[in-house]
Amino acid sequence: MAQTVIDTANHIAAYAAKAARVQVIAAYPITPQTSIVERIAELVESGEFDAEYIRVESEHSAMAACIGAAAAGARTFTATAAHGLVLMHEPMHWASGSRLPIVMPVANRALGPGWNIWADSTDSMSQRDTGWIQFYCADNQEVFDTIIQAYKLCENERILLPAMVCLEAFILTHTYMPVKIPDQEKIDDFLPHYKPNWILDVSNPLSHGNILSPEWYMEFRYMMQESMENAKQLIPEIDKEYSKHFGFEHGGLVDKYKCDDADLILLTVGTIGSEAKVAVDNLRREGLKIGSARIRVFRPFPKEEIRKLAENAQMFAVIDRGISFGMEGFIAEETKASLCSQNDRPLIAGFIAGLGGRDVTFKTIEKIAKKSAEWMQRGRIEKETVWVDLKE
Amino acid sequence: MGETKIIESIKGLSKEEYLLKGHIACAGCGATIALRLLFKALGNRVIMVIPACCSSVIPGPYPYTSFAVPVQNIIFESTGATASGVVAALRKRGINDVTVVGWAGDGGTFDIGIQALSGAAERGTDFIYICYDNEAYGNTGVQRSGATPYGAWTTTTPTGKKERKKDMPFIMAAHKIPYIATACPSYPIDFIRKLRKAREIKGTRFIHLLAPCPTGWRYDASKTVQMGRLAVQTGMWVLFEIEYGRFKLNPPSDELIDKAKRRPLEEYLTLQGRFRRLGEEDIQKKQKWVDEDWERYRRYHQTMCLI
Repeated sequence: MAQTVIDTANHIAAYAAKAARVQVIAAYPITPQTSIVERIAELVESGEFDAEYIRVESEHSAMAACIGAAAAGARTFTATAAHGLVLMHEPMHWASGSRLPIVMPVANRALGPGWNIWADSTDSMSQRDTGWIQFYCADNQEVFDTIIQAYKLCENERILLPAMVCLEAFILTHTYMPVKIPDQEKIDDFLPHYKPNWILDVSNPLSHGNILSPEWYMEFRYMMQESMENAKQLIPEIDKEYSKHFGFEHGGLVDKYKCDDADLILLTVGTIGSEAKVAVDNLRREGLKIGSARIRVFRPFPKEEIRKLAENAQMFAVIDRGISFGMEGFIAEETKASLCSQNDRPLIAGFIAGLGGRDVTFKTIEKIAKKSAEWMQRGRIEKETVWVDLKE
Repeated sequence: MGETKIIESIKGLSKEEYLLKGHIACAGCGATIALRLLFKALGNRVIMVIPACCSSVIPGPYPYTSFAVPVQNIIFESTGATASGVVAALRKRGINDVTVVGWAGDGGTFDIGIQALSGAAERGTDFIYICYDNEAYGNTGVQRSGATPYGAWTTTTPTGKKERKKDMPFIMAAHKIPYIATACPSYPIDFIRKLRKAREIKGTRFIHLLAPCPTGWRYDASKTVQMGRLAVQTGMWVLFEIEYGRFKLNPPSDELIDKAKRRPLEEYLTLQGRFRRLGEEDIQKKQKWVDEDWERYRRYHQTMCLI
């Protein structure tokens, strides 16, 4: 029988690793990820979770150990946040270039200085060029489901890339919500045992990652790009298949809410997307034709879906809980890049909000939407990037 | 695997070659002689983890390799960590007759890789870690490392290094791992014996191997074996083992406790271009350090105290 548990997203992530029958975990503690690795330790040491657990001495080593474990044929898991994630930057490139389907929850947290342990997506979004697939979750159920889906996706031979599953610091990591955990048998049907295509094997000695000359390097990188393109097709398919098995669907690449007839569309990520739905309902009651599109997958970026959304909308208001210094919010940037080849483009305004864990509630979003609606009616935006609630 | 097979002479070595023709090491490379011996000693039920170092180049470029065992190449600082992952996956998959070997240079061990190695050792990771030490960053064109000895020229110490070399085996001894040994490819029987002994021990085993490097040390490529012998005969390099904390000198170093039996250090230093700038005073200083180290080794060896 499927069971409903009420727990934090971090604990749920640990249960998802167990449900995915992960074989090797290598992890290092960092706030606000700690309760993932603590719960895994409890599950492993009580014998409920039959896995090898390597308590490494840094996040850099966590990722390097995951590479070794995945290359030696194990389904592999780690989790991190913020400074731990950016310390992994180098081995993350090595993991994706090695085509290893490692899955890693990232508790999105701000980077210092000053020390700040609260929500911010600059940590993971600044890793966008590492060749990792990136999912962003809006609630605890989605965290569980996406971890299972991520293994299914990453281990597909058309993909063979690692994936991050991002959940915002405290807003999700430490918040209790009811989550339905399906029967293990059914999960096993959906996600069979890991069958790697190649492996470190003494009976078939291969050298992984040796010198790659200019004659070959580009071809290997092209294959990674092809896999990212394949992921755009497979992610919605796997989300649908998951929903057939377990009843939950999360929107594939983009979780759209009341977008069909919307003039103004809010583009969001993570829990800001949940708050945006409340704002949409409130503003629709006031007569504004507004919708919300929550970007669930940042890499590969769903540019085709963005183009489709742009066909009928007059304006996009893009809300970023992160900033690429010297440019603008990550999603605003990617949205514009996705549309630059289109003839009819909606107005696009970027809003930087909630950095370092500042609250972004439906009220904040309504304010953003009203400002945007004003600009939409005038037919031009006053500011490309607005810092919301900034102390002057 | 079974019993540790001790061989009396290199004639008793396996005829099988797992270092194949076509490798692209420098002529006279000490590390490559050691690799060939390593494969002969351990056979091919071995998985190698190799970070950025000369040995990530030596096998040759994709799509070829001259190593007939599986290799996981990994980033510079991560040998210990990646080997931990391989060991965990093999254990989880029920494979218990494969030896995982980390094979890293001195830069990847003494400097950038020391954290991952320390972590792996502290966790008791079941693998053999071999540091082949050519006393500089050889692959990038001979820059100084924490293993470069005092006075040695490198491209980043053009007037000679001003600091002493780290004592890596004793750093590892402080981790209380079951087996530590030094070796040199000029003494193949000793090296092979140590590898086979290491293979039979559970936990982290560390072998520190002096790998003479004609390219970095500036001597004639035909003199590599001689250079290793001189390193040992002058007492500059000492063959020993630390087994479960007990120190023991190995032949021929065990005959060199008496200083009179050791050849003067000059004989080793003057053959190498990297020590050309050393003055009389520097040589005396180095000789004094060697003698001081020997006093320590004598004490450990004779008292059999716990390190």
